[in-house]
Amino acid sequence: MFAELLQYLLSGLTIGAIYALAGLGFSIIYNASHVINFAQGEFIMIGGMASATLTASGVPLPLAILIGCGGAMLVGVLVAKFAVERARDASTVTLIIITIGASIFLRGVAELVWGKDFKRLDAFSGETPIQFLGASMQPQSLWVVGTAGVLIVAIGLFFAKTLTGKAILATSHNRLAAQLVGIDVKRVVLASFALSAALGAVGGAVVAPITFSYTEMGIMLGLKGFTAAVLGGLGHGPGAVAGGLIVGVAEALGAGYISSAYKDAVAFVIILAVLLFMPNGLFGKRGTERV
Amino acid sequence: MRRRLLATIAFSAIAAVTALSGPLSGAAQAADPIKVGAIVSATGPASFLGDPEKKVLELYADRINKAGGVDGRAVRLTIYDDGGAADKAASFTKRLIESDGVDVIVGGTTTAATMAAVPLVERAGVPFISLAGAVVIVEPVRKWVFKTPHTDRMAAEKVMEDMKTRGFTKLALLSEDSGFGKSGREQTLAVAKERGIELVADETYGAKDTDVTPQLTKIRNNAAAQAVLVFGLGQGPAVVTKNYRQLGIALPLYQSHGVASKEYIRLAGGAAEGVRLPAAGLVVAAQLPDGDPQKKVVTEFTKVYEDSFNSEVSTFAGHAYDGLMIALDAVKRAGGTDKAKLRDAIEQTTGHVGTGGTVTMTAKDHMGLTLDAFHMVEVRQGDWSLVK
Repeated sequence: MFAELLQYLLSGLTIGAIYALAGLGFSIIYNASHVINFAQGEFIMIGGMASATLTASGVPLPLAILIGCGGAMLVGVLVAKFAVERARDASTVTLIIITIGASIFLRGVAELVWGKDFKRLDAFSGETPIQFLGASMQPQSLWVVGTAGVLIVAIGLFFAKTLTGKAILATSHNRLAAQLVGIDVKRVVLASFALSAALGAVGGAVVAPITFSYTEMGIMLGLKGFTAAVLGGLGHGPGAVAGGLIVGVAEALGAGYISSAYKDAVAFVIILAVLLFMPNGLFGKRGTERV
Repeated sequence: MRRRLLATIAFSAIAAVTALSGPLSGAAQAADPIKVGAIVSATGPASFLGDPEKKVLELYADRINKAGGVDGRAVRLTIYDDGGAADKAASFTKRLIESDGVDVIVGGTTTAATMAAVPLVERAGVPFISLAGAVVIVEPVRKWVFKTPHTDRMAAEKVMEDMKTRGFTKLALLSEDSGFGKSGREQTLAVAKERGIELVADETYGAKDTDVTPQLTKIRNNAAAQAVLVFGLGQGPAVVTKNYRQLGIALPLYQSHGVASKEYIRLAGGAAEGVRLPAAGLVVAAQLPDGDPQKKVVTEFTKVYEDSFNSEVSTFAGHAYDGLMIALDAVKRAGGTDKAKLRDAIEQTTGHVGTGGTVTMTAKDHMGLTLDAFHMVEVRQGDWSLVK
């Protein structure tokens, strides 16, 4: 009984850690520019595909991840500069449609570059399962959870300690005031896109040995990340992380105890419930729209 | 005046060009070409099936034309890519029938695409040879519809036959929520009843799931299960296989013919060792005994395919090859491309050795394969190995 529950929890936390990273990406961009970036899943895909194909052609893994990360950051900046920045004054819905367009475009380009096959990336430290109180997990799961944890702490420090981080926070609180104190708001937006692209890409690389990578892998991960971000309260970093873990665990428990047929539905039921009953998410600020 | 002059010039130019191009294109043009239409899912989620199919159709149409065609008539191939969408498959079928005026259609990579095309070919009366798996395509028998691959029902039967010989009677099923998986599940349920196998677990997973450990944990904790069967396509079964080893489940693992390509072994890696599945003779061409009637066809096809595309042969490519060959063989026997005669000739296909097995069709059987066409294979040291 207990081993079963533990197994579900471990599975849920592994996949939840990835949702958390994706959700954090949504939050960072939303903070800086109030854009909900639906191309977030594509950053994950770029990281996964780049590291899988580069290692297959002989590049050492850390370098491959680094290149994938750099590539994703570049793509992130380009999306911000040529798609989002140009439509600065457009409505939120228009901006969302633009990012959806960007994600479809990126998927198409990725298919041209990498083809349609699934790519395999070897697990970072072997595939011998680790036994733990009757449950078992892949060593790669530890990598996923560990990497997500380190990145989440790093992002926290970045916002608290660095000037760029503070500039992004300031912009998110009040764009005009930030501009008045001399913050280059445009660059803040670019930096936020680059940052969340890098996050996504690293996430994609560590999760690739578990899920395989293919050009469409970002769709579902992006949607679940969005659910995580909304659940935690859009723009609330720690909230997105908690949201991701909750969604992951809820899915695993749902598949285990109720029925696996409704696994994906769990995330969407959560998002509907949140939007209906607590539109600001679990940790979001109360909506005080000042006029 | 001027307009009429221009028209005359244009007409004579066209006439001159057509007259010139005639002798240039060789003897095969002596008669009308045989118009073969094809709809495949060369892109989209089923592209790992449709892409090899498309390549093989083009390759063999070309080879046949270079060798002088069929009865001196060239094969003219028109291929459309439905991208895995059934509605597109339907509109392309319409186009093949109405504007391209094809004599026979090969294709429908997936069951969904095939079933979308079926009413159209039935109404228009065009022979149609599907490349998809589900048994619903040929049961009930439709006048104009045939198919080449083994059915999901046969896969279930073969697996249960193997289970019986190993002394197992209690099966845990894990099927995918795709069309293939759903149909496979239904067939497994039906066959299990007939064969006296008890289904002790009936779980499903999503085609794009990245983690199936919850479902497998349930199966692991089910004391009754003696063997596990997975019904799915693409990367899903590979994820299942990895999770299966991760959880250290000791029961024998069966997969369906949906994973009978090297891709599966490559993705699942070491976790695939010991997995059993029913597959066409094509994947174990070199291991077939010399007396096997299929031996020559499959080794030759493998060689041509691998030399031409520099990649591992795929059973799905074999289905397309079989479809094209059955159609052209029927053209020969029908003495032309009269659609009704062509249909009858396809239905009378007898002892045709293809990559999927020896095909003998009848008015009641529009697939013509028996369970003997399936071989039980096991993954050993990263390759398929024939189970004796």
